[in-house]
Amino acid sequence: MGYNAWQILKEGLTGNKGWGPVWRDAAPKPEYDVIIIGGGGHGLSTAYYLAKNHGITNIAVLEKGYIGSGNIGRNTTIVRANYGLPGNSEFYSHSLKLWEGLEQELNYNVMMSQRGVINLFHSDGQRDAFARRGNAMINQGDDAELLSREQLRAELPYLDFDNHRFPVYGGLMHKRGGSARHDAVAWGYARGADQLGVDLIQQCEVTGIDVVGGVVKGVQTSRGPIRAKRVGIVTAGRSSQVAAMAGLEVPIESHVLQAFVSEGLKPAIDHVISFGMGHFYISQSDKGGLVFGGDLDFYASYAQRGNLPMMEHVMEAGMSLMPAIGKAKVLRSWGGIMDMTPDGSFIIDRTEVDGLYMDCGWCYGGFKAVPASGWCMAHLMAEDRPHEVAKRHTFDRFRTGNGLMDEEGTGSQHNLH
Amino acid sequence: MRITCPICGERDRREFYYLGARDYLDRPAEGDLDAMHRYLHLRDNPVGVTQDLWQHEAGCAAWILVERNVTTHEVISTRLARERKL
Repeated sequence: MGYNAWQILKEGLTGNKGWGPVWRDAAPKPEYDVIIIGGGGHGLSTAYYLAKNHGITNIAVLEKGYIGSGNIGRNTTIVRANYGLPGNSEFYSHSLKLWEGLEQELNYNVMMSQRGVINLFHSDGQRDAFARRGNAMINQGDDAELLSREQLRAELPYLDFDNHRFPVYGGLMHKRGGSARHDAVAWGYARGADQLGVDLIQQCEVTGIDVVGGVVKGVQTSRGPIRAKRVGIVTAGRSSQVAAMAGLEVPIESHVLQAFVSEGLKPAIDHVISFGMGHFYISQSDKGGLVFGGDLDFYASYAQRGNLPMMEHVMEAGMSLMPAIGKAKVLRSWGGIMDMTPDGSFIIDRTEVDGLYMDCGWCYGGFKAVPASGWCMAHLMAEDRPHEVAKRHTFDRFRTGNGLMDEEGTGSQHNLH
Repeated sequence: MRITCPICGERDRREFYYLGARDYLDRPAEGDLDAMHRYLHLRDNPVGVTQDLWQHEAGCAAWILVERNVTTHEVISTRLARERKL
């Protein structure tokens, strides 16, 4: 179905009854060239780029629930390329460039809004660290600007600049960063992949992976066995369970991350803002809700809901930074399951099984990576060699200790990221 | 979530520091890199009941092996980590 102004006008005048489904609800065929396990953002973009960039269109995306039902439909929708370490730097830079052309590429409004991401700092040492990060971002070809306290005051007058404990010293502005509409990203990739011939198969849970002599042969599902030459596991928080079906153990611990949305308010917060002295970040959605979150709950969990202590921490941090939000009511909160790696960076790599690939370990930052993750995973699966911007993201870096990407500098250990 | 410290009794989760899976109790011998890799990084990461290590950091500082359902956050049982070695 095409989208244009005339169509919207016509449907608006006729009760919006003419909109049809934008992708086929496909039934599984007995065999595919490629199976992608997981119909989230990364799985859908992998399928899309396999078809678009590599001409492989005999693909099935197998989704246990429905398209967009996982973390792609529940996140804080931030897009940015403000990483500093080799590996992450070029990858997220590539991803941001893909974001900038995504709506034209998919002919779908993903509501990409480059409203600017501002990381606040609250001490001289933190200013130095952000100046260094800003320089790294400029070196990677992206944008960064160090804002003084006065410049920041003009942009964000509602911050508590003179907070006794955490005065605001300034901020690092990343103008090309911002946010996008999360579920539109899933729908846009789903529609794009479907149009290229990819079968999106919902309500199809993978229950086993067939491996014969170290080579993948297909999968067992709740809708019967499906053969395939290559299989990609793109299952985020459930990576460990799916990998175990092929006898693999992966360096992932699943944790819960909470986020919150307030009632709809008039436009107040124009950027994405992160607090430097407590884990808190906030933006305002197009519907007016304040979207904010904090750190992990910091214990292994599959509950998809968190506990009160982290909720309290997030609210306290928000009140310290911008006391005015205390008047807003929290409308809802949720918890997503994060596939945490020891160093806090992701993995796009082959596995010990021939023809079986994994894209996992997105920790708490998978949304911004959706375009480049699919781009690089598709490259890996089509060419059987890593893409240039993802070649450092191997499983082996943990075994050897060589090339760890510990962006936060806290150490490479499961409970530290 | 509340955790029962075997020494101090039931306390708020905030008094405890989470280290991770019980794998940390089985430290391999020095020199075996593959075993060290498994010990430090590779995890079963089960859905359902798991055992993990917490420290009663803001209390008696004891290391506690907590049996927990990670799908419901129910704490099933707790015991001192040192008892496991006896």
